[in-house]
Amino acid sequence: MIQRTTSENSAALDVAELPSFAFGHRSPMWWGTMGMIAIEGTVFVLAIMSYFYLYSHSTSWPMTTPAPELLWGTLNTAIMLASYIPNHFAKKAALRLDLSGVRLWLVICMLFSVAFLTVRVFEFTSLNVRWDTDAYGSIVWMLLGLHTLHLLTDAVDSLVLTVLMFTGPLEGKRFVDVSENCMYWNFVVGSWVIIYAVLYWSPRF
Amino acid sequence: MSVPVTERVVYDGTPEGTVELAGTWRDPPGLMGSLSAINHKTIGRRFIVTTMGFFAAGGILAALMRLQLMRPENDLIGMDLYNQLFSMHGTTMMFLFAVPVMQAVAIYLVPLMIGARTVAFPRMNAFAYWIFLFGGLMIYGAFFLNTGPDAGWFGYAPLTESEYSPGKRIDFWAQMITFTEVSALLEAIVIITTIFKLRAPGMTLNRMPLYVWAMLVTSFMVLFAMPAVMLASTGLITDRLVNTHFYRSGEGGDPVLWQHLFWFFGHPEVYLIFIPGLGFLSAIIETFSRRPIFGYPAMVLALIATAFLAFGLWVHHMFTANLPELGKTFFTAASLLIAIPTAIQIFCWIATLWKGRLNFRTPLLFVLAFFFILLMGGLTGLMLASVSLDLQVHDTYFVVAHLHYVLLGGAVFPLFGAIYYWFPKYTGRLMDERLGQWNFWLFFIGFNVAFFPMHLLGLYGMPRRVYTYPADMGWGTMNLISTLGAVLIAISMLLFLINVVRSWRKGTSAANDPWSGGTLEWSIASPPPAHNFDVIPVVHARYPLWEALKTPDHVVGLAANHREQLITSVIDAQPDYRGSFPDPSIWPFISAVAVSILFIGSIYTPWAVVWASIPVSIALIAWFWPRKKETEEDLAVEKSP
Repeated sequence: MIQRTTSENSAALDVAELPSFAFGHRSPMWWGTMGMIAIEGTVFVLAIMSYFYLYSHSTSWPMTTPAPELLWGTLNTAIMLASYIPNHFAKKAALRLDLSGVRLWLVICMLFSVAFLTVRVFEFTSLNVRWDTDAYGSIVWMLLGLHTLHLLTDAVDSLVLTVLMFTGPLEGKRFVDVSENCMYWNFVVGSWVIIYAVLYWSPRF
Repeated sequence: MSVPVTERVVYDGTPEGTVELAGTWRDPPGLMGSLSAINHKTIGRRFIVTTMGFFAAGGILAALMRLQLMRPENDLIGMDLYNQLFSMHGTTMMFLFAVPVMQAVAIYLVPLMIGARTVAFPRMNAFAYWIFLFGGLMIYGAFFLNTGPDAGWFGYAPLTESEYSPGKRIDFWAQMITFTEVSALLEAIVIITTIFKLRAPGMTLNRMPLYVWAMLVTSFMVLFAMPAVMLASTGLITDRLVNTHFYRSGEGGDPVLWQHLFWFFGHPEVYLIFIPGLGFLSAIIETFSRRPIFGYPAMVLALIATAFLAFGLWVHHMFTANLPELGKTFFTAASLLIAIPTAIQIFCWIATLWKGRLNFRTPLLFVLAFFFILLMGGLTGLMLASVSLDLQVHDTYFVVAHLHYVLLGGAVFPLFGAIYYWFPKYTGRLMDERLGQWNFWLFFIGFNVAFFPMHLLGLYGMPRRVYTYPADMGWGTMNLISTLGAVLIAISMLLFLINVVRSWRKGTSAANDPWSGGTLEWSIASPPPAHNFDVIPVVHARYPLWEALKTPDHVVGLAANHREQLITSVIDAQPDYRGSFPDPSIWPFISAVAVSILFIGSIYTPWAVVWASIPVSIALIAWFWPRKKETEEDLAVEKSP
């Protein structure tokens, strides 16, 4: 049995002077967010695999309808890629613990959210197929639906965080939240680039 | 205490300080308090009891099936109810017992074994428990209302499509998957983050107990396996409710897609039931042979290799589907290959036992049974990996025998060993040894009597999932023997239950370390206080309690009046910062209720996904939104990096 005393002696490792929060992979929040990204990334990969599985078992693709129109999807890709910029600066500001910078860039991010969610509605109307038309339609709606769910939840997350950064109560670890939120945003945008290529370009080859 | 709550009081090692520390980490009292509880031991205990409750329910369903099959042309249970029985039995055991019980035990034990005061994300941990509970209650509620699933635990399309399975039975089944997988995925994140970031200083990855390694590997497997079944069941439920065509061949879909997605989850599932069992084995063997495990690095690498290979086996469940021959050859090779890491571990355990001084108590008996039963299951597994043999015995009782030998031998026997082993840590009391021996021998003999004849029944051609069979098939005697074995198992389970209840109430008191174990959980009181460790230990070896003391041996400078947990680096567990952890909250519970309304509502109308997302969002925002008092407390101890 180990006897332990807590008086000030050489047997003790004093941690009182350590900081109370940290960014990046030092923080459990980063690992939690990475875990969510691993799960959701796996869902996207499997949905894309299912898309190509059905593709490989079909004589024509799309099965009975024209391919989705390029306009809205391409526009949305551009908007999402552009949103990388304010998102990047929001993260930089969070790492500096710069509250006014965080507020500014998060608000700009929210404007981008409004933009890509609006364009997303037009994307759904220009798919040229319904979910119940055939299996092609089902998997297209599944992929776009899954990604839209991510856009929506990410927009709501970011909105809540933005409001909190204005109203408080604030403490240092909220800047860690902002930084992880930005990482998640990058995942949502990055996964879109692949889904965009699958949905809009693979039926054209 | 007269100090204002926001002022930071460093734990000083006095009895008053210890009382204050326990008060800081304790769950609040009362009904609201118990719904708000987030202490990992409270949640872990509830989780274990709930999963064992489902184990009992699944066992009763199995007993009913055995009664029906006891003699040919029996009319005890009709076809429709029998279909529900085997579907509910498989569903219960796979989704409501085998995986969650392993996570539940880990939620309780891992922080104690790594020297932590809590799990990472304690509120999410509570949420995952509630979601699991509600999902399990939902499927049993549906079953009691004659809406239980009746298409097998793997729900093959097109049988599960609305054309062949009208009504709501399959919809409840598909949503049960959503509930349980959400819970399992969140728990995997909790366990991974806890292990990576909350270890006591000095507990490098190379010094982690093998059980903790096993849970780390399992949790990573969950992250990549479970999404497949969620995607699959979402496709199924949309096929049924909004007329998509994922698995309908007439509209370009493909039922084999279901099989791929399901088994891409389903085969790793076997290993994520089995690997925690391997962790139990390592923990019990090292303690009961009184020596460090032989070949620690080989054991860790074997666990990781098993996890990787487990993702390359799924097609061996589909050898009778029309697939390319080359593909089948690959999966046969992979299925044979996975025997290698398992063999490495078995040889390491044998070496440990060989060189040890054995202490033949109940936990060790359950471990030794593993070697016999799992070996049998593994050998029939090698047989099934051969395409030609698989074609002969596919969908027969040979497969039923194989899977029960693997799962009970690989997971349930080690789990019972683990319960006997750690029971004194949970309750402060030892389980009765004599009842334990009876429990073990009746279970071991009953198990073999019940399941060994099924190998032969399968070879004689008895198919799975039939509710009865004609007398002239000649299957009657062996079915009767099998049912007698099931009776023995039932008696042994009853003895187990009596042992648990009696020992909990008036068993022999256990000291901190009744088995002379070497890992950290044995250094603290049984049952552990709310904060687990009065002082966080500093670790210098794989078996800290078996090694001579080295300095520094403990951490000072953490608060007594604030939920402070030392965060350490991933690989070397160097102290990094003092993290502030959240207080108990009712919102995880309310969020779980709201999410349950969404999931169950969507069985009846797709619009539930829209309107129920409003209460879900409100509950989740209220959960996240920081309270002023908590923020002030955090600010009092804040120090920027």
